[in-house]
Amino acid sequence: MTPARRETLLWIMQRASAAVLALCVLVHLVTVVYAVRGGLSAAEILGRTRGSAAWLAFYSLFVLAVSVHAPIGLRAVALEWLGWRGASRDWVMVAIGSALALAGLRAVFAVFL
Amino acid sequence: MSEWRARSHPAWWAFLVHRVSGIALALFLPFHFWALGRALAGEAALEGFLHWADTPLVKIAEWGLVLLLAAHLAGGARVLALEFLSWRDWQKSLAACAAALALAAGLAFALAL
Repeated sequence: MTPARRETLLWIMQRASAAVLALCVLVHLVTVVYAVRGGLSAAEILGRTRGSAAWLAFYSLFVLAVSVHAPIGLRAVALEWLGWRGASRDWVMVAIGSALALAGLRAVFAVFL
Repeated sequence: MSEWRARSHPAWWAFLVHRVSGIALALFLPFHFWALGRALAGEAALEGFLHWADTPLVKIAEWGLVLLLAAHLAGGARVLALEFLSWRDWQKSLAACAAALALAAGLAFALAL
């Protein structure tokens, strides 16, 4: 893949994930504001999420979108603020995205099971 | 001199807030996933974490994170609007809308705490 093509693909992935995240973050913010009223408790959180296929699907999508979005954003910051370019930057970003996806899906299953 | 003049522009502040909030959220996510992952060890483990987090200092930090998330969402919506809609004359209005949305989410969370 040519560098120009890679940048175009990453740009599209960043905007597509942003569009998904815009909806996810709105739902998450409303849920958070609703959930913290009267204080947080594990029973309340798990009561909402355990066994709920809808929350499982929603948060899985949320995690996967953020695992695409965050490394691409950090990749741009690495170039513009640190002057970091080349393959090493890309591999670190792949590692960050993979780690976010794994840790995020683990968290999603933790509150679902 | 021209560089500093550019930095007094609302669009530059919108860019900076979007970038800094994005970096902060990326740094926060692993902790967020780890905390939720406590539920794998049972409801008591998650409750233990929530009890630890039930202090004014952590609540202020949480409020800051909600504000950052709302700011990043609003800033991202601004970027998508600039790139995909022909609203370039409305840049300042969009930046103001982004700030207002972030502030509204922050206030809602603060009132719910």
